[in-house]
Amino acid sequence: MEHYNMNLTLKVWRQKSSNEQGYFETYQVRDISSEMSFLEMFDVLNEQLIKENKEPIAFDHDCREGICGMCSMYINGKPHGPWHANTTCQLHMRAFKDGDTIVVEPWRAKAFPVIKDLVVDRTAFDRIIQAGGYISVNTGNAVDGNAIPIEKDKADAAFAAAMCIGCGACVAACKNSSAMLFLSAKVSHLSLLPQGDPERKSRVVNMVAQMDKEGFGACTNTGACEATCPKEISISNIARLNREYLTSSLTAEK
Amino acid sequence: MTWKQVFTSSVGKKLVMGFTGIFLILFLIVHVGLNACIWANDGGEMFNKGAHFMGANVVPRILEIGLFAGLILHIIQGLMLEASNRSKRSVKYAVSYGNDGSKWYSRSMGLLGTIILLFLILHLSNFWLPNRANQGFLLGEEINLYEKMKVEFSELWVVIVYVLGCISLGYHLAHGFQSAFKTMGVHNKKYHAMISSVGYGFSIIVPLAFALMPISFYLGWVN
Ligand code: SF4
Ligand code: FES
Repeated sequence: MEHYNMNLTLKVWRQKSSNEQGYFETYQVRDISSEMSFLEMFDVLNEQLIKENKEPIAFDHDCREGICGMCSMYINGKPHGPWHANTTCQLHMRAFKDGDTIVVEPWRAKAFPVIKDLVVDRTAFDRIIQAGGYISVNTGNAVDGNAIPIEKDKADAAFAAAMCIGCGACVAACKNSSAMLFLSAKVSHLSLLPQGDPERKSRVVNMVAQMDKEGFGACTNTGACEATCPKEISISNIARLNREYLTSSLTAEK
Repeated sequence: MTWKQVFTSSVGKKLVMGFTGIFLILFLIVHVGLNACIWANDGGEMFNKGAHFMGANVVPRILEIGLFAGLILHIIQGLMLEASNRSKRSVKYAVSYGNDGSKWYSRSMGLLGTIILLFLILHLSNFWLPNRANQGFLLGEEINLYEKMKVEFSELWVVIVYVLGCISLGYHLAHGFQSAFKTMGVHNKKYHAMISSVGYGFSIIVPLAFALMPISFYLGWVN
């Protein structure tokens, strides 16, 4: 693809802290290379702001290679921007053309309060994981990985669910701010594998309870999450979670 | 976990919506089947026989109580879910296409349901209420429902409201039918394809049949 430079107008959400009102600020950036990533374009903008003695824009990022799930920008009305199955850090400026206006917002959900500018607090996800997104293993010698036979189909489905990077785009896209795609990926990943089986029932119940406590909405199967997920987590995982939940509650001791 | 914990969790609330939804879908099948008798074009004889059975026999009358219970549960739970889900995002997006991958009607179940509810109020006061009042405590003469339909459906505005109610029902079912099965945990690929095609078929055919009833009377297709 041919390289080109572009001038852009950016409308970026600025917010000093979680308890202050936010607002949009408009910026101009010049000579942005089509080969830059979206975050590199933000680096350029921040350098410019620092030179002008202005406060740079706070945004989350870590790996910048699409695996950590930190980058969380709602770009022109879509989580992670216009490309399908893609993270903000892997979005490249060739997605835009000279003269474009780009609106950048943080994830918006009560369960993800803004910390500063585009950075939101996603520790709710950590607490959901702590409520049951693990397996308990006895200490001692590690068991050989291949000692437990696992059906290929199940291993593949578990692996596909394990692809979730916990970015929160599903919550950001959902009209109900529901975290069900995330949760269903975690529950499916573990319950499909023999290692996850012993804690299977309590896991789903505890994780759902934590999700509700964190203030996410209820899922209504609209499918917006699946369409926006950078890791293409399938919405069928949500149905699997529902089944796990139904059987766990029906067969619970008390 | 107690039953209370189950049914107050977000997944449990959806289960209530799904199960009552399926129950209401079953009712629609009975209702549309019985009403289709008007097209026998026998001056309403067959239809009135069916209506008499539904009103006089004890089994449908007991089921009717369950039907209202299910309906009320579905309405209250649905409205509460809608309100609670709306409250989970306090600052709205300035630009939002995040919903791109979802169908408009799947995002508008609350609105569609409310339209259906308004339609139901008119519908019940047209037929069910006067009919039950006569059969029950007032012990008057049984109402000829076929004749009553003729009268009600000679008004254009009534026909329009009924048709709009049926269109809302169609879209409500287009999402609700398959969503209910997902909520109940059906995720196997082989069932999923079948459920969504049956669901779409159902949500077109049944509301269409219902909508054609007032239209048939209004245009004099039946007499
Ligand atoms: S399910 Fe997809 S969108 Fe949601 S947190 Fe995981 S990777 Fe992100
Ligand atoms: S910065 Fe790690 S996924 Fe984008």
